[in-house]
Order: sequence, then structure tokens, then C-alpha cells
Amino acid sequence: MGQVALRGVSKHYGAVEAVRAFDLEVTDQEFLVLLGPSGCGKSTVLRIIAGLEDPDRGTVVIGDRVVNDIEPKDRDIAMVFQNYALYPHMTVERNIEFPLKCRGMPKPERDGLVADAADALGLTSLLDRRPAQLSGGQRQRVALARAIVRRPEVFLMDEPLSNLDAKLRVQTRTELIELQRRLATTVVYVTHDQIEGMTMADRLAVMNEGALEQVAPPAEVYAHPASLFVARFIGSPPMNTVTGTPARFDGDLGIETSGGQIPLSPAQRQAVEASGATTVAVGMRPERLTIGTTGPLPATVAVVESLGAEHHVICRLADDQEVIVRLGTDAVVPKEGSAVRLGFGVEHLHLFDASTGDRIGP
Amino acid sequence: MSAAVTPAPAPAPPDAPAGVPEPHPGDRHRRRRRREGLLAVGLLAPSMLIFAVFVFYPFARNIYLSLYSTPPFPDLPSRFVGLSQYGQVLGSHSFLNSLWVTALFVVYTVPMGLVLGLLLALLAHQKLKGIRAFRTVFASPVATSVAVASVIFFTLLNPQVGLFTYWLGQQNQLSVLDNPTWALVAVSVVTVWQNLGLTFILMSAGLQAVPDELLEACEIDGAKSWARLRHVIIPLLSPTIFFAVVVGTILSLQSFGQIDLLTQGGPLDRTNLLVYNIYDQVFNQNNAGRAAVMAIALFFITLVLALIQIRLLERRVTYAS
Repeated sequence: MGQVALRGVSKHYGAVEAVRAFDLEVTDQEFLVLLGPSGCGKSTVLRIIAGLEDPDRGTVVIGDRVVNDIEPKDRDIAMVFQNYALYPHMTVERNIEFPLKCRGMPKPERDGLVADAADALGLTSLLDRRPAQLSGGQRQRVALARAIVRRPEVFLMDEPLSNLDAKLRVQTRTELIELQRRLATTVVYVTHDQIEGMTMADRLAVMNEGALEQVAPPAEVYAHPASLFVARFIGSPPMNTVTGTPARFDGDLGIETSGGQIPLSPAQRQAVEASGATTVAVGMRPERLTIGTTGPLPATVAVVESLGAEHHVICRLADDQEVIVRLGTDAVVPKEGSAVRLGFGVEHLHLFDASTGDRIGP
Repeated sequence: MSAAVTPAPAPAPPDAPAGVPEPHPGDRHRRRRRREGLLAVGLLAPSMLIFAVFVFYPFARNIYLSLYSTPPFPDLPSRFVGLSQYGQVLGSHSFLNSLWVTALFVVYTVPMGLVLGLLLALLAHQKLKGIRAFRTVFASPVATSVAVASVIFFTLLNPQVGLFTYWLGQQNQLSVLDNPTWALVAVSVVTVWQNLGLTFILMSAGLQAVPDELLEACEIDGAKSWARLRHVIIPLLSPTIFFAVVVGTILSLQSFGQIDLLTQGGPLDRTNLLVYNIYDQVFNQNNAGRAAVMAIALFFITLVLALIQIRLLERRVTYAS
């Protein structure tokens, strides 16, 4: 079975802690995306699973075995590298065949498996070419073929789409998901691209500075980000955040910011009080904001960016802070320079303790 | 008063006939090319001068010498003999012996140097503590002159005090350098050691150019270290290996210092390499004509070998994209 577990794994390079007390369970046949900004340690986690790096502490489990002391080749994994890592002097056929050959599989058996893998990825007509004679997308497919030919339980992919052009990336995304469903294997996929994460993942594992911020299905990560970091990292345009202090207006607890006063729902008030936070970051998704004549936040429209299907209205609050509002095609777009008021449903606010970054309330 | 003479600045009409005819664009182009040509000549002149003094003139002079028979005593006029001296020299026992000895010498030194250089480079490529110190040590022969290397080995092989002779239990016997069977091998060992620094540096550079990702892919694909070396590292190193073979062969063909210092071509001419023979003809036997013929022969041998190697190896060389 292809489950993977990391328990209390940490790794440091010199003084840098690349991975800190990392706990992650990947279930069998799951597509798990490790998402985070560059340098957050996600590739290190993948390389620890692969066995290319040894953790300083903690255990790595693949299937039912603790694999800390097992060689990469015996871990029943395959890896697709960012730059594909094809052997430049071998033909496509020999590249795909190489892992089988290394395992001493007899030639007739090898040929059958190579043909299957090549067929699955539409490479049959390219078997005699060398990597230098292939396009980026084709090389990527060869790398995938070399990975699937051994039928491993777990695939590890390190930013496999980052070297493709935008159009091909979208197409390959779909192909990868279909391939994973067809082969019924577990995939651990590393990327810094939130779109890849949102579209492909069964579950997202968002990382920052070597630690996990949140592990949840993409929709939940979007709807209920567990921390200020996740809130700002997921979503495009990113979530607006304004920081202020809890204060009472007309007797009710709200958040006083230099841009205006933000009211809260009763549940939120309770949560803020219970948290004891002294400064609170209030997050507002751009699509949850409205522009009109009423609303708690006065603002000036700075720039309107029209993208066809939507408009991004960049507003400035009284304290000069920028807030982006996303409007649909049919919405009335305000004029640049006009004074407006921004409104929102309090239920759509995300509250975080500004000092710790932890989510406040549900 | 000056204000009165100054003509009022009037905007010039765009199509006013110019006082001086616009230079033809072709002229300007030609002038620029001539200027660039002069610059090129100027920049090349110093190196051309050095080449002329140390390569072109000696080369021409050598051809001239090869056509003249050198008189047996100095101050007698040399005699033009044309190509007849070629047949005489190239068919001589002395030349054929040198040719054979040189060929053996290349066979003894080049493959061994290559294998050892690659092994050292693979060792030094490991990520271990203090490996930098080893890299420096392994590369050090490059900074050692032939003379120093020869003296070190001469001492090591000395029949009375040499460490090697002691290890081999050959004390107070004939030095290997005086042994007709082993002298060439001994000289080859010195040469392999001497050239090892360069081979090591070349191989190390080649190894560093092999992407880590590929070696990691190997590790996951399950290639054991021998398979990794044979199927991935050596093919990727092949341009470097090819270069090292060509350079190593040329270096071996041109070896002189270690012969002069260790054996002077002996015993029984068993280490009389071509270059040493040439030197011997000029400075010991005062026969510049014969030496010139051999020098030209060496030139062509080197040329042909290099061409063959390029032809043969180029086909098997993988140049990574």
C-alpha cells in the first residue's frame, strides 16, 4: 500500500532549520500537494521521503515499513525531477528502461513494460530520440514514463511543471491527475504555484519556514485558512488584511483600524475576547468586498484593472493601505479617483492574532 | 557688436541642401571596416610576433635544415641533399628504435594516467570532511616541475638510499633505471605521476559538470555504483576523457625532461624517446640535419594521431545538450 508518513522529522543545514518537527500522513492513493514559497523546505521534505536526504530526527514510513535505513531504490518510490534528469546520452527507450535494467529484469519483460509506459504517455513514436531532440513537454513525459515504468506505490514530484510554458502546464495538469487516477498510486507533489496546488490536490499541505501551516482539502484551505500566512499565500489576488486593535463601538466589540472601524459578529466577538489577542489582522477576500455608498470602510479608488472576466479595483483606505476588490463582469465599475465605501458581510471576515498569525474563531 | 553679426537662429528647413555632401553610406562602412581591420592587426601583432620568433621561423628553419646534410666538423659548409636524408634517417635503426620506444611509452603512460586520474577525481568528488585538502594534494603534480619530479623519483629509485628500492628489496643491486627491461617502465611511472595532476583536474572539472539531479535519478532508479559509473558518469564524461586522451598522448610524445635527467636515453637506448633522440642528435652528435628530419617526423606523427583520435572518439563522445 502506498501510504506515507513523516513523524517528528527535522533536518537542518548548518544553522538553517530546513524542516522543523514535521508530522504528515499521506493516505494511500492520495494526491497530496506540498505548497509553499521557495525556500520553505518543501523540496527537502520530498527528498527526505525519497531517501536523498537523511533526516536529523524522526521517522519516515512508506507502506508499512520504516524506511529511514532503506536505500532510495528499495523504497518503492519514483521521482520526477524539476529538470527531468533524463540521461542525455540515452534514447527515450533506454531512459525509460534504465530503472528496470538496474534491477536486473530480463530483456523481454523490460520491453513489454517500456512499451506500456511509452504508450500510456504517447511516446511510442519518440522512442529512438534523445532528450536533446525533444520539446520540454515531451521530456517531461519521458520523465513520467521512467517513473511509472516500475509501477511504484508512491510518486514524488518536485515542481514537474515549472519548466513548461503556461498553456502546456494547464494541459499537463489535467493529464497528471488522470494518470494518477488510472494508476491508482499515491502522489506527493511539490510546488510553489498555488494554482497547481488548488487544482490538483486531494489535500494541500501548506508549508512556511520548514513547518506545516495547514493540511486540508483545497476548498477548506481557501475558506478557512488556519493562519495569516496561509490566508495571504492562497488566493489571487491575495486576501486583503488590515490590522487593528479590539475596541468597543456603541458597546459592541469590533476592530479599530487606522482605515476605519470593522464590526464583528457575536461569535467573532466571543472568539476575539477568548483569544486575548491585542492586535488583530482582519482578512477580507477581494471577491467578498463590495463597493458602494454605504459600508464601514471609506476608501478612494486608485486604479481599475480590467481582466475581461473580472475587474480588480485597487482602493486606498484612509491610512493609504491598499485593498483590492474583485468585481464580476456585470458589476458597475467605479471611476478612478472617486470616493467610495467598502462593505462586506461580517461572516466573510477572517480574523487572526496579528502577533502569532493564528486564526481566531471558526 | 557681436550681437549684430550673429545670425538669427532660424530653424533649418528639413530638406535644405547641405554644404558638404552627405558621405555615401558605403564609404562610411568601408572606412569603419578599415579602422576595425587596423585595430585587429594591432591587437594580434604581439602574439604574432611571439609566434613568428618561436614557432614559424623555427619551423621553416627546421624544414631548411632537414634538406641539408650537416658536415661532420663544424665550420665546414653544409651540403644540400634534398629529400634523400629523409629516407636515410627514417629507415635508420636509431629512428625506428625511438619510434618503438615512444609508442611503448605512450601505451604505458596514457591509459594508466587516465584511469588513475579518473579514480582520484571520483574519490575527491565524495562529499567528505577535509576533501579539499585531498583535492589540493591530488592536483599538486601539476605545480611540480619535471626536474623536481625526476629528482624525487631518482632518489626514491636510488640503489643505496632509495625508498622504493628498499621496499622492493632491490638494495645494492642494479638500479631499475639501468635495467634494460625496467627502465622504460620506471620512466613511465614518473611520467604518469607527473601528468596525473592535470588529468585529475580535467576529470574533476568534468565530474562537477555532471548534474547532481542525474546522479540522484540514478540512485532512485537503482543503479549500483558500478552501473552508475559505466552507464551514466563515463558517458557524460566522455568529452573530458577524449580531451584528456588527446592531451595526454601529445604530452607523452613530447616527454624529454625525465629522460634527460633519469636515463639519458639508456640503457641500450631502451628509453631513447624520439624527442630525446632529436636532442641527442643536435647537442651530442652535432647533426642538426638528422635531428630536423626526426622533428618533422614527430610533427606528422603527432598530427596524424591527433586527427585519428578526434575522428575515432568524436563518434563515441556524448556531448550533453
